[in-house]
Amino acid sequence: MIEIQDFLRTLGTDSGFWNPLVWGIIIIIAFLVVYIIRGYGKKEYKKQTEQTKVFLSGNPELEKEEMHVKASNIYWGFMESFKWLYSGLDKMHTGNVSDYILWFVVIMGVFFIILGVI
Amino acid sequence: MNIIDELIFHSPALIVAIPLLGAFLTPLISKINDKLRNGFVIFIVLLTSAIVLLLANDIYSVCGKIHTYVFGGTQTITEGGFAIRILFEVDGLNIFMALIATILAIAGVIYSWAFMKENTGLDKYYTLYLLMIAGMFGMILTGDMFNFFVFLEISSIASCALIAFWTNKGKAVDAGFKYIVISATGALFILFAVAILYGQYNALNMAVLASKIQFSFLDKIALVLLISGLAMKAGIVPMHMWLPDAYGRAPSSVTLILIGVTQASLYGALRMIFTVYGGNLTNTLNQIGDINIDLNLLLGIFIVGLSLLTIFIGVLMALKENNFKRMIAFAAVAEIGYMILAIGSALTTAFSTTDTTTGVMALKGGIFHILNDALDVGLLFLVAGAVYYATKETSLNSLGGLARNMKYTTIFFLIGLLAVSGMPPMNGFASKLIIYQSTYQVNPILAIVAILCSILLLAVFVKVFHSAFLGPKLPKFDEVKEVPKSMLLAMGIIAVIIIFIGLFPDLVLNNIVQPAVNALTDHTNYISNVIGGIQP
Repeated sequence: MIEIQDFLRTLGTDSGFWNPLVWGIIIIIAFLVVYIIRGYGKKEYKKQTEQTKVFLSGNPELEKEEMHVKASNIYWGFMESFKWLYSGLDKMHTGNVSDYILWFVVIMGVFFIILGVI
Repeated sequence: MNIIDELIFHSPALIVAIPLLGAFLTPLISKINDKLRNGFVIFIVLLTSAIVLLLANDIYSVCGKIHTYVFGGTQTITEGGFAIRILFEVDGLNIFMALIATILAIAGVIYSWAFMKENTGLDKYYTLYLLMIAGMFGMILTGDMFNFFVFLEISSIASCALIAFWTNKGKAVDAGFKYIVISATGALFILFAVAILYGQYNALNMAVLASKIQFSFLDKIALVLLISGLAMKAGIVPMHMWLPDAYGRAPSSVTLILIGVTQASLYGALRMIFTVYGGNLTNTLNQIGDINIDLNLLLGIFIVGLSLLTIFIGVLMALKENNFKRMIAFAAVAEIGYMILAIGSALTTAFSTTDTTTGVMALKGGIFHILNDALDVGLLFLVAGAVYYATKETSLNSLGGLARNMKYTTIFFLIGLLAVSGMPPMNGFASKLIIYQSTYQVNPILAIVAILCSILLLAVFVKVFHSAFLGPKLPKFDEVKEVPKSMLLAMGIIAVIIIFIGLFPDLVLNNIVQPAVNALTDHTNYISNVIGGIQP
């Protein structure tokens, strides 16, 4: 039978622990800190006024579709830096089912060598 | 015996028989009324789930209990000493996997109600859906090698048809074809392995085989074939390439059950390594030159190598991908990597006489992560399906600002995002913490790679969150509305379980995961339960 106190038991590993009660207290403190910081914000902020309009150094505002950063542009720098790696991975993912089977045979062969031959 | 005891006694058979029978009744009920059919399918899944829960209660009531069900008799061994009867043997690991399958089945069938509403051919869809569930449960519960192959085939054939369900989309048919080629090839090698074992020991029963196995050269070949076939079905790199195709093209409700089928294959590999061959791994040495190396260490190192490759390639490909569902599929590949990293690490130390705690801890983390992965990745796929349902878009480049129209779906995505990246207070955090801790004991580099890739996984889903849900409201999505309630309910069920496990991981670890770990490590209990006959 599961008791109420079982819910509050600590999951312990040698390097850390997890207790829902401790987490709950910490998250409440964190929200309190955020709320206090928010309290220092500017009081004159008004919604739906000129204040909330986009300002792009005097340039006209773009269409909404154009303003949104597309998925393929996110991490563009990362992709460029690792182009060499991705070109290899792309070659590996041919989409050809014969290649899928080839990889299976390769792994089976390696596994056989490790287990059966060595 | 009262009716509940009778129900529990026959439960392993009923868990497979009810969805199987339901599958064949579905087209008939479909002739009457579509709503009645949908209700019937949900009833079948709920009934099966109730029986799974009854069986789970029975298994967990006594430490180390194994429920054995023999088809067509009471004794597993006939008078001549032959173990010819098919039997289902349910221990802590089987029931753990069955509970995962239950959650996925319930969520999947509720989600299907609205998600598939606009499609034709739903009688076939639900028939195949129940067949897939029956196959998945069969793979999980059976204690017979050939029976395992049969259920693997049932689930594979049903899965193939469901992956290609949207036949108007060429890529879905292509993915279905690839899946059946891969599944048939894997299953063929598994059948070959089963034949090798049967030819030597005149038995197909896993426990009997485990007691008899000599670890001869032929047995080694059988092990290679079994693990290779199941590893391909589990989507381990570099045999993972079918997975993004299949997961990405299938309807999301189907993908959810596909996750269960993939994990059932992983379960099969665990059962073969730890139970069927477990006794031999402890005392077999492989010779490299003049050095003798424990076989479990050699096998463990190989599996750890594959797991690192799985995590790394899965994450990198997910980072590059711009198709919503394919991206989650690659992330799912990486998540499978975490499980096998823990299992490989466990193998390197599990049978060690000097360090017993690290292996058991790694195994605990790995098995716990099977549950967490099914829930986290499953929820993300349901969210991807909801986005597709509302916008008819799958490319992340075409999406944006959906948080303004789909508030609940966004919250569910956020929960899935945090969970799959191993962030507290979600369930992925607890299992990954245990995996990091235990793999660090084996080799610190393993834990470092695992943590780095988990951070990359967070980056992957931050990209999705930004490109699909944040940003200005796009004019083309002005009319987009939140998805129907049944879809929200299915996502909500999984999200609640994720948060519950995340908040109280110790509860789940002690009551569900630990019995599964015990069942794996104590293979003699599994064997003696059959060899010693069943308890009526």
